[in-house]
Amino acid sequence: MTAQKKVGQQTVWFQNPPVIIAAATIAGQKEGQGPFAKSFDKVIDNDYYGEQTWEKAERRMLLEVMQNAVRKAGLTPGNIDYMLSGDLLNQIISANFTARDLGIPFLGLYGACSTMLESSAIGSMLIDGGFAEYVLVGTSSHYGTAERQFRFPTEQGVQRPLHAQWTVTGASAMVLARSGSGPRITSATIGKVIDLGQGDPLDMSSAMAPAAADTIARHLWDTGRQPGDYDLFLTGDLGIYGSKLVVSLLGQKGFNIDDRYQDCGAMIYFPEQDTHAGGSGCACVGVVTCGHFLKEMAAGGLKRMFVVGTGALLSPCSTQQGETIPGISHGVLIES
Amino acid sequence: METQPLEIQKKQYAKIVKEIRPKPPLLRNLAGAFVVGGLIAVIGQIFLNLYQGLGLSLQEAGAAESATLVFLAALLTGLGVYDEIAKVGGAGSIVPITGFANSMVSPAMEYRGEGLVLGVGARLFTVAGPVLVFGIVTGWAIGIFYYFFR
Repeated sequence: MTAQKKVGQQTVWFQNPPVIIAAATIAGQKEGQGPFAKSFDKVIDNDYYGEQTWEKAERRMLLEVMQNAVRKAGLTPGNIDYMLSGDLLNQIISANFTARDLGIPFLGLYGACSTMLESSAIGSMLIDGGFAEYVLVGTSSHYGTAERQFRFPTEQGVQRPLHAQWTVTGASAMVLARSGSGPRITSATIGKVIDLGQGDPLDMSSAMAPAAADTIARHLWDTGRQPGDYDLFLTGDLGIYGSKLVVSLLGQKGFNIDDRYQDCGAMIYFPEQDTHAGGSGCACVGVVTCGHFLKEMAAGGLKRMFVVGTGALLSPCSTQQGETIPGISHGVLIES
Repeated sequence: METQPLEIQKKQYAKIVKEIRPKPPLLRNLAGAFVVGGLIAVIGQIFLNLYQGLGLSLQEAGAAESATLVFLAALLTGLGVYDEIAKVGGAGSIVPITGFANSMVSPAMEYRGEGLVLGVGARLFTVAGPVLVFGIVTGWAIGIFYYFFR
């Protein structure tokens, strides 16, 4: 027997769809020079953000954005039932230390760059299940911390290939509530780990695109809907070339989303900012969705968008041991 | 595609990725490496001539020249310029001794936050270490070869 609130294989419908009552963003210097500069709550002018290390700077951004979201919701950390968060760093230290400082019951998540959507999906389930009144979700990433953990020291002279992406420096948070005013999360599709054999750690988008295509197609199959039923399909950080891959893969599955599809990574920088294939990182989908798209939804331009976070589940260890890069992708349906 | 065995899906997907992934601008990269690598050599030559002109022997002037290039590369790394040069120069800026200096200074800067011993000390050779190891192994192999077959 299928569970009461589940449809198809991987999708849930919320009976009392949770409300996004507040969202907050903070973005790095480079992101603040990009097309979405005006949509961020705050842009930091130095990637150290007054701290000794990049890790501490990332943590400070996540803490501030969480506090800001709670404040915008007119609440205090004591009102929040759960905090769900994760980031890219080993042992998800940004999220752990932020949770320590906030003192909210905490569930740490690791979904790589899909964490914003993973936390939103689980948070919505907690609320619709009657386990929580308010859930705080959020994530962060930082160019400096991610580069040194996954790739090279930042000052090392390396010629990045044209398909490489640039890790977004920033953080985003949302407060989900059982009732209130704001856009609602009406459905979520939990993705499977998909691996089509891509192994280049400098090209994570081709590792993630099959997972994104799988989750989008699965959502449409599970709900019996067509792409035309949605205003927008938004993926997290596939970048310029990964976006083309996902459109091509969905075409093979019989869905044409080309006219209503966008990718946060492909949009977050201007081409002349020379990031090559666009942005990536946990914060990419977070700051663009919470910044630009939720505002556009509030303005009435968007009614129904399916936001898909895309994570490359690589570690330097598995890559060096010759493993390919598995991808994961979770989708959340946001309706005004 | 969905119903096919995973191995076939992987092959088909690799083909699509290859089609969509941009080709590296080979000519531009080659030209960049040629010019940047050449310029580094020219700067080296200028210092070599300068030091010889100051009265050093060729060997001494060569050592002084290398030290100067290493210092300049380390300085430019610290100022955040060397990675910008490498973006254009590619192997032209990685292969010369200046690239070696960059590969030592960049992790030193990066891991300063973890302390002087376990941060800088332990990580200083993360990039340059393999170069040294295989350089020494090659020297050792050639030494043995030379001993038996000279």
